[in-house]
Amino acid sequence: MPPDASRTVATEALVEVEDLARDFDVSRPWLFRVLNGEPRRIVHAVAGVSFAIPRGTTLSLVGESGCGKTTVARLVVGLYRPTRGRIRFDGSDITALGADDAARSIRRRINMIFQDPYASLNPRWRVRDIIAEPLRAFRVLEDERAIAERVAELLRHVGLSPKDGEKYPHEFSGGQRQRISIARALSATPDFLVCDEPTSALDVSVQAQILNLMKDLQEEMGLTYLFISHNLAVVRHMSDRIGVMYLGRIVELAPTDALFEAPRHPYTRMLLDAIPDLEMTGRRRIPVGGEVPSPIAPPPGCAFHPRCPFADARCRAEVPRLRAEGEALVACHAVEEGRLAA
Amino acid sequence: MSAFARMHYLARIFDSDLWWSFTRSPTVVVSALVAVAMIGSAAFAPWVAPHNPFDLATLNLLDAFTPPIWLEGGDARFPLGTDDQGRDVLSTILYGARISLFVGFCSVLFAMTLGVTIGLVAGYAGGAVDAVLMRIADIKLTFPAILIALLVDGIVRAVLPRELHDRIAIWVLIFAIGISNWVPFARTVRGSTMVEKNKEYVMAARVIGLSPARIMWSHVLPNVMGPVLVIATLQLGFAILAEATLSFLGVGVPPTQPSLGTLIRIGNDFLFSGEWWITVFPGAALAIMVLSVNLLGDWLRDALNPKLR
Repeated sequence: MPPDASRTVATEALVEVEDLARDFDVSRPWLFRVLNGEPRRIVHAVAGVSFAIPRGTTLSLVGESGCGKTTVARLVVGLYRPTRGRIRFDGSDITALGADDAARSIRRRINMIFQDPYASLNPRWRVRDIIAEPLRAFRVLEDERAIAERVAELLRHVGLSPKDGEKYPHEFSGGQRQRISIARALSATPDFLVCDEPTSALDVSVQAQILNLMKDLQEEMGLTYLFISHNLAVVRHMSDRIGVMYLGRIVELAPTDALFEAPRHPYTRMLLDAIPDLEMTGRRRIPVGGEVPSPIAPPPGCAFHPRCPFADARCRAEVPRLRAEGEALVACHAVEEGRLAA
Repeated sequence: MSAFARMHYLARIFDSDLWWSFTRSPTVVVSALVAVAMIGSAAFAPWVAPHNPFDLATLNLLDAFTPPIWLEGGDARFPLGTDDQGRDVLSTILYGARISLFVGFCSVLFAMTLGVTIGLVAGYAGGAVDAVLMRIADIKLTFPAILIALLVDGIVRAVLPRELHDRIAIWVLIFAIGISNWVPFARTVRGSTMVEKNKEYVMAARVIGLSPARIMWSHVLPNVMGPVLVIATLQLGFAILAEATLSFLGVGVPPTQPSLGTLIRIGNDFLFSGEWWITVFPGAALAIMVLSVNLLGDWLRDALNPKLR
């Protein structure tokens, strides 16, 4: 890995996302709307997000609930169609994958690990069939004996016994189930894994085991991760670069060390200040109150301005764009104008 | 499957909550025994029944209107008496229950297949498809089931030649009863499907590009079948009654293959001339059969509902 691979300028990006946006129609039923004279209600869950993930690295997206990070994850794996924007994987456009053979060979290289290990495994299937499903779907292996061997190998790989394949998901603990999910996600040898809060449903002691397993597998197989989390400690442990999301946009995108040592965006600073940490003692705390505004009617200008102590007239009127600021990309007028002490 | 694995399965059945709740209720055990006895003796009627009431060579008109064995003039050969043609009532009940149960099972199976498919598609597709299918279900519910069955039977009778109609009458009946009973299946499955389709295991299947049909069949269906089995049991009683009603009205199975409903209708003609056994015994058999099946269905519904445990 060249030393500058984790910089913001990707030399060899496996995944590139450009101005990705997704709206959801949450209007009430048509008849109801007409009778009450209500307008349509659109949630701008993701409102123009761009990033690139270099091969073999981890990009994490962090943010509060409802900031659109899970929607980004689902857009990238194709669970949702984007309203706008492009997604490229290894050079080819995967924004609207069909069902043909070319699409299948790309889908084989992408998989996802879900948040809730109690919901992400079909309760009526045996573990061996759950893990073998991608193998069969992508016709990686046709021979039943070869599939059984591969499943046993995967189970051993994630720290379970090959005999566990005969059991059903309810016979396992949360951590073990997440290991099964990982084995399933890896079975068709993907290059890119999207992990949607893979440890937030687990006990803290088990979280570390799962995260370390994921890191080991990444090194061993050269995996690229898009990691979604609201837990900054987890993100710091896992990531090469971090994108901080607020109300459907990335407000700061920086290498992990740079982000934690010198957070630039006021929102990033607020998040970091919220972690009780010895390193933070002595730094001037920025008081930030208030709730995340509704994404149905986001505030004009910078979406963060109602909570930002540095907001001025320009912040209330003009949407800030991501600009290079040292190693980081920051979307903030105050940072750009130098109104904020770095 | 090895012998050990098979024993393991048996052990799991006797170890399950369902078996425990089964043994706890005497009513359920009794109705299960009654249901099994009736279904068994009906299924094996040719071996169990003392006579073959449809073998014209064994019938003797001199035996007609023999009362049950415990009344004066009873004959040991005919424990429940005979009808107007000298047929043994017990044997006609056994053979008739066979037809009734066959029609009941097949029509429930048909209604279940149709309803589950419609429910799965409506729930999984959502949107306009869901709206159209569910409005069809609503419209269907505004017609009484018997009316639809009569309508189907009437159309088929008008369209097909009489000889052909008699041969396929039983299938027409199954279709007519099935088509009037699919809505509860569709509604239940639609509801469960809408819950299941947003679970992460369905998303996991979508991520690897499986087709909606395959996801519905292999992922959603096994997870929505629990309530379907309960409805099927409850509907079985209803279907048997519907068959009896149609046969009683004379639009069901042909008289050469009488079901319980046909027997009740035949006996009804003699009720006021004193030969009550020709209609009362088939009626009692029908009532006991439907009651035991319904009690089993009620128990199954409660036993599978975790909130009532």
